Amino acid sequence: MKVHEYQAKEIFKKYGILTPKEKMCRTVEEVMAAVKEIGIPCVIKAQVMVGGRGKAGGIKLAKNENEVRQYAESILNMEIKGIPVKKVLVSEAVDIGSEAYLGIIVDRTEKKTVVMACKEGGVEIEEIARQKPEAIYKVYADSLLGLMLHKAREIGLFLYDDPKIAFECASVVSKLYKLFVALDSSLAEINPLVVDRSGRLIALDAKINFDDNGLFRHPEIEAMRDRESEDENELLAKEQDLSYVRLSGNIGCVVNGAGLAMATMDLVKHFGGEPANFLDIGGSSSPEKVMNALKILLKDENVRVIFFNIFGGITRCDDVANGILQAKKTLNIKHPIVARLTGTNEDKAMEILKEAGLIFAKTMDEGAQKSIALLK
Amino acid sequence: MSIFVDKNTRLLVQGITGRDGSFHTMQMVKYGTNVVAGVTPGRGGQKVEGVPVFNSVAEAVKKTDANTSVIFVPAKFAPDAVYEATDAGIKLIVCISEGVPAIEMVRVVEYLKDKHSRLIGPNSPGVVSPEEAKVGILPGHIFKKGNVGVVSRSGTLTYEIVDQITKCGLGQSTCLGIGGDSIIGTKFIDCLELFADDKDTEAVVVVGEIGGRDEQDTAVYVKKNFKKPVFGFIAGKTAPADKRMGHAGAIISGTAGTAAEKIKAFEDCGIKVGETPAEVARLLKEHFG
Repeated sequence: MKVHEYQAKEIFKKYGILTPKEKMCRTVEEVMAAVKEIGIPCVIKAQVMVGGRGKAGGIKLAKNENEVRQYAESILNMEIKGIPVKKVLVSEAVDIGSEAYLGIIVDRTEKKTVVMACKEGGVEIEEIARQKPEAIYKVYADSLLGLMLHKAREIGLFLYDDPKIAFECASVVSKLYKLFVALDSSLAEINPLVVDRSGRLIALDAKINFDDNGLFRHPEIEAMRDRESEDENELLAKEQDLSYVRLSGNIGCVVNGAGLAMATMDLVKHFGGEPANFLDIGGSSSPEKVMNALKILLKDENVRVIFFNIFGGITRCDDVANGILQAKKTLNIKHPIVARLTGTNEDKAMEILKEAGLIFAKTMDEGAQKSIALLK
Repeated sequence: MSIFVDKNTRLLVQGITGRDGSFHTMQMVKYGTNVVAGVTPGRGGQKVEGVPVFNSVAEAVKKTDANTSVIFVPAKFAPDAVYEATDAGIKLIVCISEGVPAIEMVRVVEYLKDKHSRLIGPNSPGVVSPEEAKVGILPGHIFKKGNVGVVSRSGTLTYEIVDQITKCGLGQSTCLGIGGDSIIGTKFIDCLELFADDKDTEAVVVVGEIGGRDEQDTAVYVKKNFKKPVFGFIAGKTAPADKRMGHAGAIISGTAGTAAEKIKAFEDCGIKVGETPAEVARLLKEHFG
């Protein structure tokens, strides 16, 4: 799960990391009121959860009241990478001395938490990792003891020559690590971390992503979810314990298991079709879950054919068949349905569906090809 | 021979009295697996499918000599279940539970480092050595004894590929799912090291997916160290960036972890990649003639 910059900064503040004086606003009027407290010049920043806001014109320095109004209006009416901007952050303009990068992730290869630092801030870390990986300094935390203080100082001393600032930075690193672990983050990033003219370390930007597997123990984070910025169908699926991602094609896929669901999308594409979605109905699927899955697919207007690819193990094919049958009766489905159901109780499933008007396939190849043929 | 599980496996089921635990205990017993004990704290003295239930892993091990454990407890209790099995001296721990936070897994993996237990998973469908033992939730009927080793990050996709392998007349030595999470106990390379020494394994199929760089590391390992032929499949060619595709570990971060870069890494290192699951079976068939 992702949160906005202003939300990440609220978390930073709670953990004692210094952020600029700022306020989140939804309208131009709110912005005009906010600048009275924050002062001019100020920075107006679009709050959308995609990278490249600056390049898209979503971050502007306003030097007078006219500019504040002008930028607030334009940014609040802007779309960045297809996402409409609904909130802006009005931020004090910090007098920047130097910029650095600080980030924490779980390193999958080392199976450890790693703190990454770079003397160049404000640039995308991935870009630096590609072009000059040696510029990124890494320190691994002890998985049982955490990030030792001397390791945090090591980062500080790498980034700054002035020991006073280096040790101040060590304190920021420790705080960032503390919140990373405490909140089950998958990424906590300050980019840039700046030193202002009076020598203070300030998190000018903030990014925190959370491990979905950890959300069950952080209701306060779940409450920060910006439902407006997420796909309606994806949210609905999540509430029903289904895993769904919308794509742009027209063949709706219903599959059990994430790996098979991906392989099914790939197969549709392989034979020249376009998958409409990723959808994993999970392990022990009940007829209700299948109904719910179909309801979600039907909300996608692009879907023209529905392709069921079920490999029964814990999932019983007769459960899926009953779900399809109930849905056919109650949801007024006009789309053709191609069904490939194999494994546990497949014979029962065929019996249940024999008069349901479905198109059957024995293999996933056959199912994908038949689905594509139906579009013509 | 086979790897991880065989006729000598003495299996203990953690969470045996739960819905999934009891159902799959029945399935594993039916397959012929030697299930010797179950553990659910507070349910000691009961029986599930004729298998005695104990209050702790330590007690179960003492009374039954269990050497392998399979975990069916909810994700929030799974790390403790792994610690308990490790402390009781269990050699192989297969964790089926899905949804364990990555931070917890970082600790689990560290704790296991100087112990004598191997962890497979979490979020693993289990391990099967056909005609010897089935540990986990994989459907038993798709397997056939033979010489192909299969290791995968997925569940049902593994069944699909194994089924196609069996239907084209080939069998398997051992098949396992290592789990779809980002932090897991056993990786592809760990499995290949064991397949290398297994005389019944003549070829290996590696089923990868988007996210991370395990497939890339595996490709380099295969090129340098692995003498047997390896075949591959990568799921997620059509997956968009920055979206989690079901599995916690299946996410393209920015531009890293795509199917295209993994397929290229495999092919550059001499691993033949099937475009589709059916093609993986066809490539194997061609190889074995």
